[in-house]
Amino acid sequence: MTMTLHERLSSNTSKGRRSLAMFLTAGYPTLDATADLVCALEDGGADLVEIGVPFSDPLADGPVIQKASGTAIANGVTLPWILTLVSQIRRRSGVPLVLMGYLNPIMRYGIGTFFGDAAAAGVDGLILPELPLEEWRSYAPAVSAAGLAGILLATPTTPPARVREIDAASSGFVYCVSTTGVTGGAVAGAALDNVRAVRAHITRNPMLVGFGISRPDDAMTFARETDGVIVGSALLRQLEHDPSPGGTRVWTAAFRRALDTL
Amino acid sequence: MTHAPAAPTPGAMPDARGYFGAYGGRFVPETLIPALDELEGLYQDARRDPAFNAELHELLTTFAGRPTPLTRADRLGAHYGRAKIYLKREDLCHTGAHKINNTIGQILLAKRSGKRRIIAETGAGQHGVATATVAARMGLACDVYMGDEDIERQQLNVRRMEMLGARVLPVHSGTRTLKDATSEAIRDWVTNVRDTFYIIGSVVGPHPYPAIVRDFQSVIGEEAMQQVRAAEGRDPDILLACVGGGSNAIGLFEPFLGTKARMIGVEAAGHGLTTGQHAATLSLGSPGVLHGSLSYLLQDGDGQVQLAHSISAGLDYPGVGPEHSALKDAGRVEYVAVTDQEALAGARLLSRLEGIIPALESAHALAWLEKIAPSAKPETVILVNVSGRGDKDMTTYANQ
Repeated sequence: MTMTLHERLSSNTSKGRRSLAMFLTAGYPTLDATADLVCALEDGGADLVEIGVPFSDPLADGPVIQKASGTAIANGVTLPWILTLVSQIRRRSGVPLVLMGYLNPIMRYGIGTFFGDAAAAGVDGLILPELPLEEWRSYAPAVSAAGLAGILLATPTTPPARVREIDAASSGFVYCVSTTGVTGGAVAGAALDNVRAVRAHITRNPMLVGFGISRPDDAMTFARETDGVIVGSALLRQLEHDPSPGGTRVWTAAFRRALDTL
Repeated sequence: MTHAPAAPTPGAMPDARGYFGAYGGRFVPETLIPALDELEGLYQDARRDPAFNAELHELLTTFAGRPTPLTRADRLGAHYGRAKIYLKREDLCHTGAHKINNTIGQILLAKRSGKRRIIAETGAGQHGVATATVAARMGLACDVYMGDEDIERQQLNVRRMEMLGARVLPVHSGTRTLKDATSEAIRDWVTNVRDTFYIIGSVVGPHPYPAIVRDFQSVIGEEAMQQVRAAEGRDPDILLACVGGGSNAIGLFEPFLGTKARMIGVEAAGHGLTTGQHAATLSLGSPGVLHGSLSYLLQDGDGQVQLAHSISAGLDYPGVGPEHSALKDAGRVEYVAVTDQEALAGARLLSRLEGIIPALESAHALAWLEKIAPSAKPETVILVNVSGRGDKDMTTYANQ
């Protein structure tokens, strides 16, 4: 029996290992690149890979992911293509894979079939940042029936009682947003306090921190007080310079080494 | 006549989660949820507060110029035959369009919120100007997001916003029109939500915005109903309004939903409904999620939002307000579309026959008269919302 996402992340923490999640946009910079890059991220020490499903109007994303999404769509990336990609990656790697994206491509694919198809392809969980708790509840039964983890976000503006509700409704982990804003921005001075405030009310799930974590130093700062970190826009910026799997592995390993010093 | 928003009636849309039937909701990042909850509370308190309603009334009357007149368009009626055509003159509002009805209401909510910075999105620039106007009057900082392409085609409104002290922030991403200006405004709000009040310009976005904007715009229909009754002793038979996001149309229609009036929302067919270059969201779109709500949407087979096209910047939008989607599905409002060329012809006709140069957006509603007025019975009373004036469109009119 393979471990659930929750179990894998919790087991990391109990062994003193901080989890490292890496985000990349599917089909960026090229269609052929993604499978090799996912394996390179795993080789470099990522515990979890988030695969971004590109959308034309990514409200929660800053310029870096917006641009990568535009490139991926122009490359011809679609949701069915991504599920095929995931099943191909699954033949090579057991790294936990989480899809992160917007609701509209999923609605168009078909709410009735998507979650089951995603699970069958080998997806472990979903992050849908434009679905707050109230909207999430409409989809949660289908997500959990498919055996997928449903990862909700808690943010610096989320009141404590609501953080507890988000924790209760999440599975896999809770995604703690470090700073008000979109992905890839600067981390606010108060970010660490924000993260601590959220952490205090997360009791059921592991908690990973994302938004604005761009260097191994940032990763250490936030991982020290949590179960791990998520790096996204910084990886896409790196891929713009060097899209090679070798370079990606080395780049990821620097984050891994930083976390392993904790 | 009072301008207080209509009191909530039991069972009225939207429901507690912000749904108009199957449409609406709140599809936004978690960061914004507390701000939307706060806005909802502020609004519920405000509409029960006599002081708020008095100030709203005062500003609508002494600043915006309400009530706007109802003009009987006899030469236009004679052109088409014998129908009686009335024009609701939102073009005579301060700043030149109905947009000020909503920005006055929302700036008073902003004042109650204590937030000192206002942001807005704009397409044609009318909402941007209306927001910059009320921000200036209240002494609040104002940033308006506007697509590059719209900045180019609506220069006059850019200059007006700047003169009013607002910053116009150009949006280079995506389609460089209203869609991306709205996305950037929402991203700004997610980032600066603690000290920034977002004034949305149409009946779109996450709950409670579609209901708030509708309520503030309903003054159009409330006045028009009294005015038509005073002139004709009865309600109009047919209502016409253009639909982009749909705020002037909802404002006109809402008070008439309980009457027998036939209501027609006119979308932009751009180069034509079969060309793929149009903004006819309700005519040709399908349900999807954009900018915080579930509504009809122009999208491709993979769920990517499609480019909209309209000669009119204010209608050049691939989404539409969720209440319109519900009204379409319920069959209560008919949604049709006219091309760029038909709209231009409608604008020319009104200018020559009635001495009124309408905005390109409003020209879409006027153009539909061509389809219904010639066959109308002599006693038929048609009410058209002239949602804005055409000064901003003079370059387009002159070049076509």
